[in-house]
Amino acid sequence: MLELYLLLIFMIVGAIVAVELKDLLSSVIAVGAVGLGLSITFIVLKAPDVAITQLVVEILCLIILIRSTLKRDLPFSTSGRWFLNTMIALSFIGIFLFVAYKAIGDLPPFGYPIMKVASTYLKQGLAQTGATNIVASVILDYRAYDTLGEATILFTAVIGVLALVRRIGRKKSVEQEGSDE
Amino acid sequence: MSKEHDRGMSVIVKTVTRLTVGLILLYGIYILSHGHVSPGGGFAGGVIIALSFIHLMLAYGKEAALKRIPSQALSFFEGFGAIMFLAIALLGFTGGYFFLNFLPKGEPFKLFSAGIIPLCNIAISLKVGAGLFAIFIALVLLKFEGENK
Repeated sequence: MLELYLLLIFMIVGAIVAVELKDLLSSVIAVGAVGLGLSITFIVLKAPDVAITQLVVEILCLIILIRSTLKRDLPFSTSGRWFLNTMIALSFIGIFLFVAYKAIGDLPPFGYPIMKVASTYLKQGLAQTGATNIVASVILDYRAYDTLGEATILFTAVIGVLALVRRIGRKKSVEQEGSDE
Repeated sequence: MSKEHDRGMSVIVKTVTRLTVGLILLYGIYILSHGHVSPGGGFAGGVIIALSFIHLMLAYGKEAALKRIPSQALSFFEGFGAIMFLAIALLGFTGGYFFLNFLPKGEPFKLFSAGIIPLCNIAISLKVGAGLFAIFIALVLLKFEGENK
């Protein structure tokens, strides 16, 4: 639990930093740090698929946010410090390669059945849920949270489409344009 | 779309639609109610049910379809499906935790088995069917208005 609390404190500090910083780009990067902390938190809580989703969405959001803020202000300069920057980059590449080597060494060999959760679903699915369609037992019993999330997404999408194309607001805007002209 | 299109398509299309639309609706209900026994489920069944109404709307025009299921009913079913799904999930707290399968499991391969899974399928199909048909209606009405200008 200690690492969970450390991650939570890290995320709270990152969020406060993101709110308090005056510089937009640094603020965006602090938000990204919060998102990566959340992704690691999901791994600690044994939810790797949510962690992967969080990581990918976080990176995409970060790229979009950086792209949109980069034109606004570019306060830092990289000239004159090339030696330090190169050294920092090289050391980070070294650390990354070392960690990746360690992590790949821990992976099970190719073809080894690591899907322990899935094999439990397949073996116990009928006895635990009573559904003979194993897909239904997974999406509506074991992973019903995911289905709830997807149903919420669909609900929001329908509301969004209906709000965009509804007649009331558009007529008003047409009338306003007409009156302006 | 012209006024001719509002009244629907040709006699051939209308006749075929009259004969098949009930079967399509029935097939959707079958798919969703047997979702826990055979392939299918709430999402596919809901889409097929929505397609049966879309079929009706394409052949007979929007008034015929909206007379059978008005848009207020669509909003109701959309919200009702979402709330029903959430209520089933919350009722799991009667036995312990969120999304607990609290109903009796029943006998495998029977229609009334698998606890809450058929109820979840019904809730999802209501939501998906009503939502997709509502989107279709909204886009069709948008097109009508855009061409009237």
